[in-house]
Amino acid sequence: MTLELFLLSAAGLFAIGLYGALSQQSIVMLMMGLELMLNGVILAAAAFWYFLAPAGTEGQVLIVVVVTAMAIEMAAGFAVATAIYRARQVDMTDGAADLKG
Amino acid sequence: MVVVSWVLALAAVVSGFGVFRLNSMARVTFSLLVSFLAVAGLVLLLGLDYLSAVIVLMMVIEMVVMAVFMIMYMMNPAGLMPMAMYHNKAGAMTISVGTFVLLAAGILLVDWPERRGAPAPDPTFALGRSLMGEQMLTMMTLGITLFATIVATVVLSTGRGRYDRLGDDLDSATADDPLGGGVGR
Amino acid sequence: MIMDEPVPVPAPTVALAWWWALLLPLVLILVACSAVVVDAAVGARAAGRPGGFTAPAREVARLLVGQRRRTLAADRLLWRAGPVVLPVAAVLAAVVIPLGSLPVADLGIGIVWFNAMEVLAWAAVWLAGWGPNSVLSLAGGYRFVAQGLASELPHMFALTTAALGAQSLRVTEVVAAQQDLWFVVIMPVAFVVFLISAAAMAFWGPFDAPIAGDLAGGAAAELSGVDRLLFLGGRWLLLTAAAAMSVPLFLGGGAGPLLPAWAWVVLKTGGVLAVLVWARRRFPTIRMDRWTEISWLVLVPLTLAQALVVAVVVLAQGGL
Repeated sequence: MTLELFLLSAAGLFAIGLYGALSQQSIVMLMMGLELMLNGVILAAAAFWYFLAPAGTEGQVLIVVVVTAMAIEMAAGFAVATAIYRARQVDMTDGAADLKG
Repeated sequence: MVVVSWVLALAAVVSGFGVFRLNSMARVTFSLLVSFLAVAGLVLLLGLDYLSAVIVLMMVIEMVVMAVFMIMYMMNPAGLMPMAMYHNKAGAMTISVGTFVLLAAGILLVDWPERRGAPAPDPTFALGRSLMGEQMLTMMTLGITLFATIVATVVLSTGRGRYDRLGDDLDSATADDPLGGGVGR
Repeated sequence: MIMDEPVPVPAPTVALAWWWALLLPLVLILVACSAVVVDAAVGARAAGRPGGFTAPAREVARLLVGQRRRTLAADRLLWRAGPVVLPVAAVLAAVVIPLGSLPVADLGIGIVWFNAMEVLAWAAVWLAGWGPNSVLSLAGGYRFVAQGLASELPHMFALTTAALGAQSLRVTEVVAAQQDLWFVVIMPVAFVVFLISAAAMAFWGPFDAPIAGDLAGGAAAELSGVDRLLFLGGRWLLLTAAAAMSVPLFLGGGAGPLLPAWAWVVLKTGGVLAVLVWARRRFPTIRMDRWTEISWLVLVPLTLAQALVVAVVVLAQGGL
C-alpha cells in the first residue's frame, strides 16, 4: 500500500471517531469515539514514519505519546464519569451541561 | 504483504464503524478492540514491531477495563432493548464527513516528499536511544503527566477520603474501611 | 546523545524450522497433560482414593461428548470467542520460548510479545464471563479483571527486570546473558513475583477466585462441553507457557550438565510447574480485596526496587 492509502484509512478512522464523539450521548461511547480518533493518529504517524522519514525516530516517539495520551484520556474520563455519577447519577453528557452558556 | 495490509486496513475501518452501529455494548467494545488490533498489525507491517506489541498489550487491557465501566454506566449494556442514544446526529455526520473529505483532499493533493533515509537496523533500539537521549524531556513529561493522572483519577473517583477512614480528628488507630485489604492497615 | 557509539545490529534471526510452529501446540499440550495427570494423582491420593491417573482422560472424554448449555439471551458470538482465545493466546505466547536453545520465532521483542499475548487471556476470561448472560459468571469475569490489573504491573516489572539484566528484549539473548550466573540468583524477587503473577494471570492456585466455588464456578459457571474443555485446558496451557517462560528468563534456559538443552528445559519447566501445582494445594484461595492491596502496596514497590538494583548493577558493569 502507498502512503496515501494508509493516510486515507487513518482519516477514515479519525472521521468515524469524530462522528461518535460528537453524536453519542453516553460518556462511555463518547470516549470510544475519542479512542478511535487517536487510533487513526497512530496509523498516520506510523505511515509518515515509514514513508517519509524512517531514519529518524520522531514518528515512533509520536506513537508513544499518543498511546500514553489514550491511557490518560481513558483514566481521566472514567474518573470524571465516576465522580459525576457518584454526585448525581449522571452518565449522559446532556445531563452535565451546567456550564453551557 | 499488500493483501494483508489491505485486509487489515479494511478491518480497522469496518470494525471502527461497527463501534457506532452495533447494539450490544460488549460487542461495541470488542469491535473497537479489533480495530486497534488491525492497526497494530499495520504498524507491525510498517516495521515497528515493538510499538505494535505495545499497542496490543495496552489496548487489550484498556478495552477490558472499558467493558467493566460500560456495564457500570450504560443502562442497556447487552443491547437487548434496542434504543438510540444520540444527539445532533445530522450535525455530527456533516462535521465528520466534512472532516474526512477535507483530510482526503489534503492527502491526495499534497505533493508528498520523497522518502529520505532508511530505518535503523533495530527501530526498537533507536526508539529507546531517542527516548533516553534527545527526547528525554518528552519521556519525563509523559512520566510526570502519568503520575499526575494517577493522583488526579484516584482523588476524583474515590468516594471516601481520609476523614471517612480515620475519623474527624484523623486519630483513629485503625482505618474504618468497608473492605479489609491485605496488609492490615 | 553520542552518535558514533556502535549501534547493535540485530542478530540474524535464527529459529527452529517452520514446521515447529505446528508442533508447538502439541508440545505444550503434552507438557500440560503430564502436569494435569500428576495433579489428578496427587488429588486422588489426598482424598484417599487409589490411582487417579486416568481421571483427566475420562473428564476430557466426558467434555468432548457433552452438550452445550444454553442460556437465555446469551451473546453467542462473544461466549464462544472467550474459550477459543484462551488456548490460542497460550500457544502464541509460547512461540518465543526456546525449546532447547532455539524458539519457534526468535522475535527481537520476545518479552513484550509474551506479555502482550498473555494479556489476551483477560479478554478471553471476561468474554467467557459475559457471554452466557449469567450474573455469577459475569462476577467471575469482573474478579479476573481486578486480579489481572493488580498482577499485570508486578508481572511487567519482573519481565522488565530480566530484560534489563540482559539488556535485550530477545529471549535467546536473555538466556545467553545467564551463562555465568542464573538470573534467579541476581534477581530472586523478580523470579518469585514472576511466578506469583503468572499464577494470577492463569487464575491458578491461590488466585482462582474468578472461577471459585463461591461463585458456583465463576467465569466457567455456564461453560460446558467443548467450550469448558477449551477454557480449562487453555488455563493449563497458559500456566505451562508461563512456567516454561520462567526457564529462559530466570533459570538459565537449556543450560545444564550432561543432558541436552531441550531436556533441561523440560526438566526445569516441570520443576516450576510442580511448585505451582503444589502452591495451589497448599494455599487457600485469596480474597480479591486482599490480593489487590498486597499487589499494589507490596509487590509493585518490591519489583521496582529490584529493577532499580539490577539497573545500577548493569550500569556499574559498564552497560549501555
